[in-house]
Amino acid sequence: MKLIKVEHAYKIYKNGTTAVADLSLSIDKGEFVFVIGTTGSGKSTFIKMLYREEKPTKGKVIVGGIDVAKLRNSKVYKLRRKLGVVFQDFKLLPKLTVYENVAFALETLGLPSDEIRPKVLKAIEAVGLKEKTRNLPSELSGGEQQRVAIARAIVNDPKLLICDEPTGNLDPETSKGIMKILDKINRELGTTIIMATHDKELVNRMKKRVLVIEDGVLASDTKKGSYRVHEGVKNTD
Amino acid sequence: MKALRILTRSIRDSFKSVFRNFSLSMASIACTTITLILVAISLVLTYNVRQVTTDLEHELTIVVYFNQDVTDEQKTRLENDLATMDNVDSYVMKSKDEWKAEMREEDQSLENALDIFEENPLLDSVIVTVDDVNHLSETADHIREYDFVSSAEYGEGMVENVIGIFDAISFGTLAIVVALVLVTAFLISNTIKLTIFSRRTEIEIMRLVGASNTAIKLPFVFEGFILGILGSIIPIILSIYGYVFLYNQTGGYVFTQIITLVEPFPFVLIVSLFLLAVGSLVGMLGSWRAVKKYLKI
Repeated sequence: MKLIKVEHAYKIYKNGTTAVADLSLSIDKGEFVFVIGTTGSGKSTFIKMLYREEKPTKGKVIVGGIDVAKLRNSKVYKLRRKLGVVFQDFKLLPKLTVYENVAFALETLGLPSDEIRPKVLKAIEAVGLKEKTRNLPSELSGGEQQRVAIARAIVNDPKLLICDEPTGNLDPETSKGIMKILDKINRELGTTIIMATHDKELVNRMKKRVLVIEDGVLASDTKKGSYRVHEGVKNTD
Repeated sequence: MKALRILTRSIRDSFKSVFRNFSLSMASIACTTITLILVAISLVLTYNVRQVTTDLEHELTIVVYFNQDVTDEQKTRLENDLATMDNVDSYVMKSKDEWKAEMREEDQSLENALDIFEENPLLDSVIVTVDDVNHLSETADHIREYDFVSSAEYGEGMVENVIGIFDAISFGTLAIVVALVLVTAFLISNTIKLTIFSRRTEIEIMRLVGASNTAIKLPFVFEGFILGILGSIIPIILSIYGYVFLYNQTGGYVFTQIITLVEPFPFVLIVSLFLLAVGSLVGMLGSWRAVKKYLKI
């Protein structure tokens, strides 16, 4: 079953730059997909359209049955509740503890406290930070901070986890640890993961589906692909 | 239930965040305090100026003199007409004998002068107080229409000037208060905007995890409310104690017995309520406006 369906999507910025041109692809539930491309390739714009930080100028971007292009500003939260987002710069609140940072996501949704606690502890345990629940982000390493961000992204059991260069600020060893966690989430929870990255080694090792975006168009789409393969089977569907 | 939980959490978080962002909170509170003190001062001035002008306006009366040959019936007729006449607040009849007695008391030499006449040369009169001094001349003209009325005087010319000046002063001070409230609103909302700018990551994360716009705005709006109230504490204390002190020190008069100060109670309480309302409302609106900016995509 398709979780994401992109049909002839265009994104043209006000200054005339075409970031994405005639992009069409689909992603099934439970897939793990890498999105690679050079800086300025339109990769980030594509990722941003998935969580409606950007709106397609033309075409359709359907995520979990919601047409992103038609989603009103005040209704964006309905889409966001179905997915989790992880960034390169973690985006943690520095004055909140690990527990509070993860709980923050559920509190703003208005969940009762007795439901929040077990969910938060489960998510923190899933990323292996059980011992650090009371620590502040400043007391954690970069890898640990990213794991907190992942815990926050999965605490609401989203169907889709979007990762925008989550290992961009981390050393290779720490990156491996993060990838293990993401892989585990994908396999055990069945969460669909879309990850934008520059890390060749990481992509090659994982042997997952790879989408290559170049100049705003889908240059290749390979199952069990690698970073080097740029001319794979175009749109396997 | 869910809405209630979001509401109670917003209130709890807003209190927490006032302390967590202590230095920024202090900046907002200090800004509110300073501008509200200015508002308080101008409010006190405005009210007192208004008090003085209204007091003086009440002193303005029309003195109506009857003709020498006026009959008792004619006097009663005017008296009855005055009771129903527009713009007439009250009136006091003053006979020529009363005038004579009054003059005698004031000056002994006048008594001798008045004794020269066999009959009392003075005129019977009515002193009329009006509701609205702006229509003083119309009322006087109306009274003059009676053929048994000799004159109806109120100090033409001078009165119009004085009323004009009073109106200008009233309007001017009111304009200053309005302008200051607007400046306060602008300053407070800008300070809050700055503090919210430093917390845009928080707003961004709230948006990312799927908080609705209302759920994002609420804690900030409550925080603005709290900051506004905290900022109005010092101005309120200053206006209560400061004004009571001023009133007691001056005995309620400034320069002369004519210029009286407004009684401290309930006046200072009204001023305090006004300051509290301005502080909290401006705080809330300022926050609401500032957050809104970060909710657009």
